[in-house]
Amino acid sequence: MKRVAIVGYAQHKILSKAGALNEVELIMPVVHKVFNDLGISQNDIGFTCSGSCDYLQGAAFAFVEGLSAIQTNPPIKESHVEMDAAWALYESMLKIKMGDADTALIYGFGKSSPGNLDSIISLQMDPYYIAPLWPDRVSLAALQAQLLLQQNKITQDEMMGAVIQSRENAASNSNALLTDLLSEQIYNADSLVSSPLRSLDCPPISDGASAMVIASEEKAYEFTDNPIWIEGIDHSIESSNLGSRDLTTSPTIQNAIKNLKLENINFDVAELHTQFSHEVPFLREILNLKNVPTNLSGGPLVGNVMMCAGLDAIGKTFEALVKDQLSNGLAHATSGPCLQHNMVVHLERQK
Amino acid sequence: MIQAGVIGVGQTNYDSKRRDVSMAGLVREAIDQAMLAANIEWDAIDAVVLGKAPDMFEGVVMPELYLADAIGAVGKPVLRVHTAGSVGGSTAVIAASHVSSGQFKTVLTVTFEKQSESNATWALSPRYPYSPHINAGAGGYFAPFIREYIRRYSPPEHIGWKVAAKDRQNALKNPLAHLQIPGIDEKMVSETPMLWEPLRYLESCPSSDGACAMVITSEDMVGDRNVAWIRGMAVRSEGTLSAGRDEVNPQAGIDCAKDIYQQAGIQDPRTEIDCAEIYVPFSWYEPMWLENLGFCELGEGWKLTDEGVTTLDGSLPVNMSGGVLSSNPIGASGMIRFGEAALQVMGLAEDHQVEDAKMAMGHAYGGAAQFFAMWIVSSSKD
Repeated sequence: MKRVAIVGYAQHKILSKAGALNEVELIMPVVHKVFNDLGISQNDIGFTCSGSCDYLQGAAFAFVEGLSAIQTNPPIKESHVEMDAAWALYESMLKIKMGDADTALIYGFGKSSPGNLDSIISLQMDPYYIAPLWPDRVSLAALQAQLLLQQNKITQDEMMGAVIQSRENAASNSNALLTDLLSEQIYNADSLVSSPLRSLDCPPISDGASAMVIASEEKAYEFTDNPIWIEGIDHSIESSNLGSRDLTTSPTIQNAIKNLKLENINFDVAELHTQFSHEVPFLREILNLKNVPTNLSGGPLVGNVMMCAGLDAIGKTFEALVKDQLSNGLAHATSGPCLQHNMVVHLERQK
Repeated sequence: MIQAGVIGVGQTNYDSKRRDVSMAGLVREAIDQAMLAANIEWDAIDAVVLGKAPDMFEGVVMPELYLADAIGAVGKPVLRVHTAGSVGGSTAVIAASHVSSGQFKTVLTVTFEKQSESNATWALSPRYPYSPHINAGAGGYFAPFIREYIRRYSPPEHIGWKVAAKDRQNALKNPLAHLQIPGIDEKMVSETPMLWEPLRYLESCPSSDGACAMVITSEDMVGDRNVAWIRGMAVRSEGTLSAGRDEVNPQAGIDCAKDIYQQAGIQDPRTEIDCAEIYVPFSWYEPMWLENLGFCELGEGWKLTDEGVTTLDGSLPVNMSGGVLSSNPIGASGMIRFGEAALQVMGLAEDHQVEDAKMAMGHAYGGAAQFFAMWIVSSSKD
């Protein structure tokens, strides 16, 4: 089967409130950046795919507006997923593997600041029985955190550690939204939003966009002598019924580890789509990352662009492999309440 | 590239309000039919691809999450596609790409809309910050393009009525179709109220609830099953407001059609394609798309319609199932075109079967006539 490599990635500086800067104005700079870095234009792209959520913009067909950010004359092969752009990457990879394209542009964008993210995410639940109760995203995450604490799968110290560490790591990420360092005192003085989650355990409301370019094996070498290969990529979803799931484990991530044969790989770096602090120790345990530097970018706790943060985890892993000439990176993207839908990506630098 | 084929198509019956089922029940109804037709068990399904138009049509955000159980996706990869009105078609193309890439053997794909849960014209009239609000709905948006078509080529007024009557006559032969209007004819259409000049009430698609599903598999998994081989598939998009864009005859549609003809080795679509399911939500789009798809020269499409070429017993039957004009669960409408094309070449279209159909086209478009998805299916592999 054809190999696929990531050859470029660009991220907009994450903003707390982009204001009148609209989605097109967030996307254009990152698409231009990734094209300029590679010395290419839209004419060199075989397939384009984006990820976004209409509800964030408060308008049906919001993704159509996003298309104004790129050149579409002459017409392009293009598609859109109403998912995190990590899944736009997945679709693009299929197009390259089937030979329909040899390069692809992926972009994701989201502005959470204008709306009420809690209400919007509530609408992901069963519309007849659960959504009318308006369960917000923090309360749903807190259910999982509470169970993990009760069963001693994680500790509150680990949650605090994840928050403090994310701010320290953010110092080296010029796109991070939150960079103020935190102490144990500040963390402990923070108020609970939904027990056991304090506001510092939750990601900041964020606006932004990112873009990535991937290429087939033959094409990748035109851009670089050391392509970063998508060595493995796997995703699957769990039940929508929270009551029927064991929230203290993740069968989908465990399946991915098995399918991608990750058990014996020594990862140099990992970026996880962990939006809440308890997810960091939880997933590091499942993914066997105890000794692996994780979320060196700070991760979603220092900037969490909806529909883009999963692609960013992959992009940040790519950047780390390139910058520090590392061999193996692991990235994770997620969707849905309590880590319902998970993607695991193994990136490998050309040896 | 690995060749893929459709081995099962499933559809719900279409209606303005399917109050007897939830959204989950609706999609499952189509899936069960498709699985039965494909004669396949759940453990053979490697991935699921879900498509639908905007989440605001039902008020469920990213519904693959809520529907994971109903669509049989638990423990499997699932992808949710949203490409406006073309989504049913592009979802089929993406599902087939799962197989053609070699990544998966057998994929289940399903699309739906339960328009009765919300108000489509409200959801189709987005209000963007810092932009003027166009409270148009789809008919109001497309009518100016149709008026421009009429200005260019001066077709007679009755062409639209003719398409509307023909598709509803076909619907009378399709028990799943939403609109069943006994005695429908041009005169009845022409006497309905004007909605958006030149479109009258019966020249518009209905709002429907419904779902359509397909099972797509790779050539080595087909066995002795009845199969519609996918001989060509493509998508194309162009920007809403690109300079020089021709909304009446969009370049993206022209390019997309050329792409699938080339893949399928078709030189002359007019004679080599036996029948076509084309996305015609408003009557005049039949002649407009016949031209855009290269079935005839520009300005000649209305003549094909007028001469009866596109009727069920014509030489190029179009929308044998009754088309979007008879059933329109928006997110599924494209896939119904793709699925009905497959049924024709599998010989399973029952009362609306075109005799000896071997090569058929499925077509969908969306947005401001800017997103296109198409495929060619055939009873023979090559």
